[in-house]
Amino acid sequence: MANVIRRQTLAARVSRLAVYSVLILAALFYLLPLAVMLMTSVKPLSEISAGTLLTLPQNPTLAPWTKAWGEACTGMRCDGVGGYFWNSFAIVIPAVLISTTIGALNGYALTKWRFKGSELVFALMLFGCFIPFQVVLLPMAQTLGWLGISSSRAGLILVHVVFGIAFTTLFFRNFYVGIPNELVSAAKLDGAGFFRIFWRILLPVSTPIIVVSVIWQFTQIWNDFLFGVAFSAHNTQPVTVALNNLVNTSTGVREYNVDMAAAMIAALPTLVVYVLAGKYFVRGLTAGSVKG
Amino acid sequence: MKNPSKARVGHPAPRASTLGGLQAWLPRLVLAPSVAISLFFVYGFMLWTFILSLTSSRMLPSYDFVGFGQYARLMQNDRWWVASTNLMIFGSLFVVICLVIGVLLAMLLDQKIRQEGALRTIYLYPMALSFIVTGVVWKWLLNPSLGIQAMVRSWGFESFRFDWLVDSDMVIYTLVIAAVWQASGFVMALFLAGLRGIDDSIIKAAQLDGASLPRVYWRVVMPCLRPVVFSAVMILAHIAIKSFDLVVALTGGGPGYASDLPATFMYAHAFNRAQIGLGSASAMLMLGGVLAILIPYLYSELRSRRHG
Repeated sequence: MANVIRRQTLAARVSRLAVYSVLILAALFYLLPLAVMLMTSVKPLSEISAGTLLTLPQNPTLAPWTKAWGEACTGMRCDGVGGYFWNSFAIVIPAVLISTTIGALNGYALTKWRFKGSELVFALMLFGCFIPFQVVLLPMAQTLGWLGISSSRAGLILVHVVFGIAFTTLFFRNFYVGIPNELVSAAKLDGAGFFRIFWRILLPVSTPIIVVSVIWQFTQIWNDFLFGVAFSAHNTQPVTVALNNLVNTSTGVREYNVDMAAAMIAALPTLVVYVLAGKYFVRGLTAGSVKG
Repeated sequence: MKNPSKARVGHPAPRASTLGGLQAWLPRLVLAPSVAISLFFVYGFMLWTFILSLTSSRMLPSYDFVGFGQYARLMQNDRWWVASTNLMIFGSLFVVICLVIGVLLAMLLDQKIRQEGALRTIYLYPMALSFIVTGVVWKWLLNPSLGIQAMVRSWGFESFRFDWLVDSDMVIYTLVIAAVWQASGFVMALFLAGLRGIDDSIIKAAQLDGASLPRVYWRVVMPCLRPVVFSAVMILAHIAIKSFDLVVALTGGGPGYASDLPATFMYAHAFNRAQIGLGSASAMLMLGGVLAILIPYLYSELRSRRHG
């Protein structure tokens, strides 16, 4: 939709100005909360009560950050969100790797080795993307108990894998549908088997969709709160749960600067991923929702 | 013909029916665990929750059946009605405002804007955050004594009021503000992708016919974007029904239970209030709501796949 015909009249210039103004105002609306969060997180408490949201920090200090990381109270315990930050990584990394691997194999089997009923299998799995997880919470809690992994990291990893497979399968299926079947048929005629074709032909061209899947799963699982709060204990909580506990722990003075620093800590990993690989993040978001 | 003597080590040539049979079954074997997981953890659990919703379970699941008694209790439960009404208000406002903002930003960004990439990045970054983070930040911004209200008052507007966060009648709108902030950039991205997929020549032709740019957008471009609108509404409605983290972090469901949503209602009853039967019934009603949205969506997706 580029190069629409434009006449450089005064009216056109005024409308250009209006377009830019609206866009910049919108950018401010999206950026302000982040700016306020950052500024608040480096202000001493005295400046918070004396100034307003947009007052620049006079004596910036990293004390709120160190307190949020290592000392702030999250419910019963007062050891900051640092430990939970690593908990989140310990849950996210295995869950992302496992669910992406399974999704890749599923997508490959569903597209290059079609069999009677493979479409039905896909529809069956696709449905798993959309259920409200409230419907599975109670049975899941019991099942984790039976398996002996309730309130453990292993339990949370299992939950995230189980409910992530639907998404990763969707990504890989939609990607592999676009890979010409001729390549695979030729390899089949040569007697190459299921895994060999996957390894030699499909995997080498899969980098973009692997990145999409990894980023999507990383963001989803890192940001999860519902499973984290339902299926974790003190020492296995992900950082989102710790953050919520920190903000809602009411002992003494509310330290808003520490709250904001903890929120920044919880937000940083996904923000970094987004800034570094935003294109793939968007692709994951729009996968399956816009036909392209 | 290939020479079969080059067959893999330790195996006869792939003539052997066992190996051929295995190869034919491999794809299904690979899919089997996922299908089993899906059947057990998704469909089995739904059925299980449904069964629980027919029992008198309180602290622990019991299998003493009371028919649809829990559903009847739910219908008489004031808090459930507040939660459902809240979802209607929150959901409809959230979807409509996100759509309006998303479409507007996408169309403006489509006017050969300098720094388009930077703007896109700014509009979309909230989507990368956890709703818990969003809730914590907006809780701070909307704090009457230290947030936006205090700031505007310090500029000299002494009577300015923006205390929705502590006002039972208005608190639901704070959820809308925070959720729109988080998700509207995503809608922008959807529409921008849709706009980029439209053929330029249609627009040029319309312009040559003397139609003004807004008119071209309204009469020519919007009809092309109908499928995107449809997808966006589905996804947003879905986000709205699932909203849980945001409520927990921003309002805690309060004041009282004024900002409760079905998702928080279910969690509170199933995990904190020893009302497993009632919680299960509310989860089933949530599922019903999602299905009502989902079935037309999946149907159209699969149909267009076949013809697309």
